[in-house]
Amino acid sequence: MLKLPVYLDSNATTRMDNRVLEAMLPFFTEDFGNAASRNHPYGWKAEEAIDYAREQIAKLIGSSEKEIIFTSGATESNNLAIKGIAEMYATKGNHIITAVTEHKAVLDTCKHLEKQGLQVTYLSVNGEGLIDLGELAAALTPQTILVSIMFANNEIGVIQPISEIARLTHAAGALFHTDATQAVGKVPVDVEAMGIDLMSFTAHKMYGPKGVGALYVRRKNPRVKVTAQMDGGGHERGMRSGTLNVPGIVGLGKAAEICRTEMESETKRISELRDYLETSLLKLPESYVNGSREHRLPNVSNISFKYVEGEGLMMGIKDLAVSSGSACTSASLEPSYVLKCLGLSDDLAHSSLRFGLSRYTTKEEIDFAIECVEKAVVQLREMSPLWEMFQDGVDLSTVQWAAH
Amino acid sequence: MAYSEKVIDHYSNPRNVGTLDKSKTEVGTGLVGAPECGDVMRLQIEVDPETHIIQDAKFKTFGCGSAIASSSLATEWLKGKTVDQALEIDNMDIVEELSLPPVKIHCSVLAEDAIRAAINDYRIKNGLAPLEEKAHLH
Repeated sequence: MLKLPVYLDSNATTRMDNRVLEAMLPFFTEDFGNAASRNHPYGWKAEEAIDYAREQIAKLIGSSEKEIIFTSGATESNNLAIKGIAEMYATKGNHIITAVTEHKAVLDTCKHLEKQGLQVTYLSVNGEGLIDLGELAAALTPQTILVSIMFANNEIGVIQPISEIARLTHAAGALFHTDATQAVGKVPVDVEAMGIDLMSFTAHKMYGPKGVGALYVRRKNPRVKVTAQMDGGGHERGMRSGTLNVPGIVGLGKAAEICRTEMESETKRISELRDYLETSLLKLPESYVNGSREHRLPNVSNISFKYVEGEGLMMGIKDLAVSSGSACTSASLEPSYVLKCLGLSDDLAHSSLRFGLSRYTTKEEIDFAIECVEKAVVQLREMSPLWEMFQDGVDLSTVQWAAH
Repeated sequence: MAYSEKVIDHYSNPRNVGTLDKSKTEVGTGLVGAPECGDVMRLQIEVDPETHIIQDAKFKTFGCGSAIASSSLATEWLKGKTVDQALEIDNMDIVEELSLPPVKIHCSVLAEDAIRAAINDYRIKNGLAPLEEKAHLH
């Protein structure tokens, strides 16, 4: 029996792996020590666990364990990276480059800095969701201290050319930060090989617990430092104060280890399921995949169904837990800004669904999802005057709509 | 968002979905809303020229569950009414019947607009003066 609704929203969060939970449990009770307590075995045991987690994480991202700064999650990591660099390198320059499709944790942090007088360039993306390297090269100036471009997008899964971005950034003497929240644990990430100087990621997108994440901060070639954004005990090499969340960090470590050892087989299985879902749904006429299908995470598919309204569609697939580019399901009335940046019209952005598969997604669930979506789209189109007009060959862009 | 049972019922079993022949003089068609606003409603009535009674009503709606339910309900209410009686349908009656929350009141306004647009189309086709614009307090 399927558990309803079927969960296909893994870009929002993932179910925690039982193996992660098991690794965490002792650190809530018996081994409850503070990793900063240097005088007794309770503290030593906690510190040992933290060190082990650092190793597990470092192995996943190709860094040294000393380069991992633990935080409360990717939002904090992004804030710490961008504000921390802006502050630390203020004498060097006052210009930051990012992209229009970044997560709000990056965009709003940049807007905050703009209010304080920093210059920010927002790179556009093409119809596939990719930035233009020429535009990046042209935007870099001697004043540029940081380029922050996400690894993979949270709505469409599109993966940016990270190594090339890093190369251009370094050639201009700036640092490169990437928000890799959606990528770490899903696709190979190697900070050394890719030339990443700072990288944000979080546990709960990779089958770990919520409320714990990390910021990778390069220690050599070059040695990067960020100004702490909270004052306190000077934990994490002085960059992030606060008693370490030992169980959470143990969970992040375990989650990283599982992702590393199982990534290859998992990616194959998940991408096959995703492709099966996508090909099946694309059989519906006038349905379109949003974003590059080539440069993309293996577990995401974002599809728009033309002539079907997003909220109506969501109501028709209430047995699926998915996200919609439609505004009405969220607090604001604006459709997804990411999809709009790709050049989608409001109505096509409204009628999009994001399917996020995970370690726990089964073929049976995907079959069920296909059936649900097909049924809803067909029914809603039968009810849609726009679909009828389209079938009759009416060009909808020429219709005089009675504005309401 | 939680939908009322009546909205769910109309959404799952919409009444009178379909198309009437808009070239017929006894058929009035109202098309309101715009795709980029997320709601387009088409409502049609077929009127008996002798009695002015609405014999048939059909709709097609592109929109959320509340918009679909509002237009579905409107077609139910229209059938059997005279054109003049149909004009008395107020959007707040729809809000009440479907227990629409405040953010969905515009769906009922759209349905009322669609009714008026359909009646207007019918009036113009039959040589009658078009209705005066009605101002809404949204």
